[in-house]
Amino acid sequence: MDYLLTENQKMIKDLCRQITEEKITPVAAELDKSEEFPWEVMKVIAKSDLFGLYIEEKYGGMGGGVLDLCLATEEFSKGCGGISVCYAASALGTYPIILYGTDEQKQKYLPDIAKGKKLAAFGLTEPAAGSDASAIQTTAKKEGDHYVLNGTKHFITNGGEAEIYTVIAMTDKTKGARGASAFIVEKGTPGFTFGKKEDKMGIRASATRELIFTDCKIPKENLLGKEGLGFIVTMKTFDMSRPGVAAQALGIAQGALDAAVKYAKERVQFGKPISSFQGIQFMLADMATEVEAARALVYATAREIDSGNKDSGRDSAMAKLFASDVAMKVTTDAVQIFGGYGYMKEYPAEKYMRDAKITQIYEGTNQIQRNIIALALIKEASKNKK
Amino acid sequence: MNIIVCIKQVPETTQVQIDPKTNTLIREGVQSIINPFDMYAIEEGIRIKEKFGGKVTVITMGPPQAECALREAISLGCDEGILLSDRAFAGSDTLATGYTLAMAIKKIKEFDIIICGKQASDGDTAQVGPGISAHLDIPQITYVKKIEEIQDGHATVERMTEEGFEILKTPLPCLITVVKEINEPRIPSLKGMMKAKKAVIATWKALDIEAEEYRIGLKGSPTQVVKIFTPPPRPKGQIFDGTPEESVEKLIGILKNHLI
Repeated sequence: MDYLLTENQKMIKDLCRQITEEKITPVAAELDKSEEFPWEVMKVIAKSDLFGLYIEEKYGGMGGGVLDLCLATEEFSKGCGGISVCYAASALGTYPIILYGTDEQKQKYLPDIAKGKKLAAFGLTEPAAGSDASAIQTTAKKEGDHYVLNGTKHFITNGGEAEIYTVIAMTDKTKGARGASAFIVEKGTPGFTFGKKEDKMGIRASATRELIFTDCKIPKENLLGKEGLGFIVTMKTFDMSRPGVAAQALGIAQGALDAAVKYAKERVQFGKPISSFQGIQFMLADMATEVEAARALVYATAREIDSGNKDSGRDSAMAKLFASDVAMKVTTDAVQIFGGYGYMKEYPAEKYMRDAKITQIYEGTNQIQRNIIALALIKEASKNKK
Repeated sequence: MNIIVCIKQVPETTQVQIDPKTNTLIREGVQSIINPFDMYAIEEGIRIKEKFGGKVTVITMGPPQAECALREAISLGCDEGILLSDRAFAGSDTLATGYTLAMAIKKIKEFDIIICGKQASDGDTAQVGPGISAHLDIPQITYVKKIEEIQDGHATVERMTEEGFEILKTPLPCLITVVKEINEPRIPSLKGMMKAKKAVIATWKALDIEAEEYRIGLKGSPTQVVKIFTPPPRPKGQIFDGTPEESVEKLIGILKNHLI
């Protein structure tokens, strides 16, 4: 299907495809096993200017938008969902600075992120605060020129590997969700350490760690926006970044579909390639149709955001929800088409399935996405009534 | 440091079909790429520039569409591309190609090192690089796998041989042809690709390089391709059943029948 991409976007896609074929796919299975962070691939992506796709040119980026980022993430994910999330999570950690940073903050942090010299990460989730983000316990107390952070964040993608973290902490617990604020914390700040690296089901090339703050003093200039804006920063960041998770899911699904088609043509049973059997054909046809529908939704949402629509929460939730559910279904069917081989780690199918699962969970579970969509519908209906 | 890299656009496959009537390659439906060995030449040229400063000029001779090979080289980090394209160049053998490229390099005038891939994946002759150096009357070192240093107007390189390798020192300017062991070609950058898209590629014709008419194209090509063919696939072997004694007897019978 022709999505009428610009010449530049086609170039991004081609370049990312080349990186995926030459640098990601060949190491995907090995890194899945060893859980080694893909620094070599990150360097290649950095040298190719791709970390700066969505960052303004005046801060050293390429001046593109969410669709550019989605195209890159999708291509990388065809090769490895674990490697692609290292790339995409850096954007998640960067969006709060892009959206709420002052010019000084942007000057200080964005150029290194755009050049790929430093990775970023986003720290919201805590052991007792997942879907209920308002339950976070980490505090930031203002003391003179500083804020002092205390608490633990967990399940943080790029934790330990990134240099720049945007962290949500409570500046006023009595105000509930309105008492949260967003901060930039640099790796190496005294009192900021990392906990254990998680042993995950999928996306194993990526690093997921705890962030531990113990009387961690950060300059007051590191506050993003104003005190109390923490949840707004989070919600607006997720509106921008969810199409990225959707693109990751999309890429994983497409990768699994491509592998399944190839296998179905090669695998011979009853004297014929299994692709000649209608049972397999129907599965492949459904998989391809769903992947294409997901792509249409993801690209449309990304375009809508890039066109300046500030109220894209509902659509961005739909894109993430739909693409990740498609990814789970398509990758499960890919394992089925591979049969017994699909269950073996020697073949790529099972990894796609393990990698797909997380896309239904992180950056808001798909149940939370449905909440967002339903709330938007109800809000819209009440507005029309008036 | 002025570096010149000579490249060739080739069909993207090792199983090229040959037209039995004309004895030429069938290029239709086959995508064109930069000759894989030339990718190492481009990478080495860019690395030398990154180390010593200067400029990398990439040259190719071919039809107008060979321009995209030059753009790809620019996307990787080469500075300028020159396309040698003229009907008069058509039908060039390796002698005429070497002469034509050498004349273009003479027009560029200033150069310190010329880099070529060791051979093209379609013709596989490995003659054009050495040919250029002969026409320019400069030293050549083929099958280079490492440039050890470039200093005081000299280059020291490691050259692969059948038995091992040689370390040779040559005055500049010189020409080297490189093997794949020399480096790992990079992936282009997005900025490089954007620059390549906008780059102005100069097209030089026979007149521009002051090439003598009898030395270019078909006229300047003494090589005659008598026949070019794909070798027939090896016929299936025959397996004899029975005891070893019986099998040997059958085999000897067949060999005798074939007048051995």
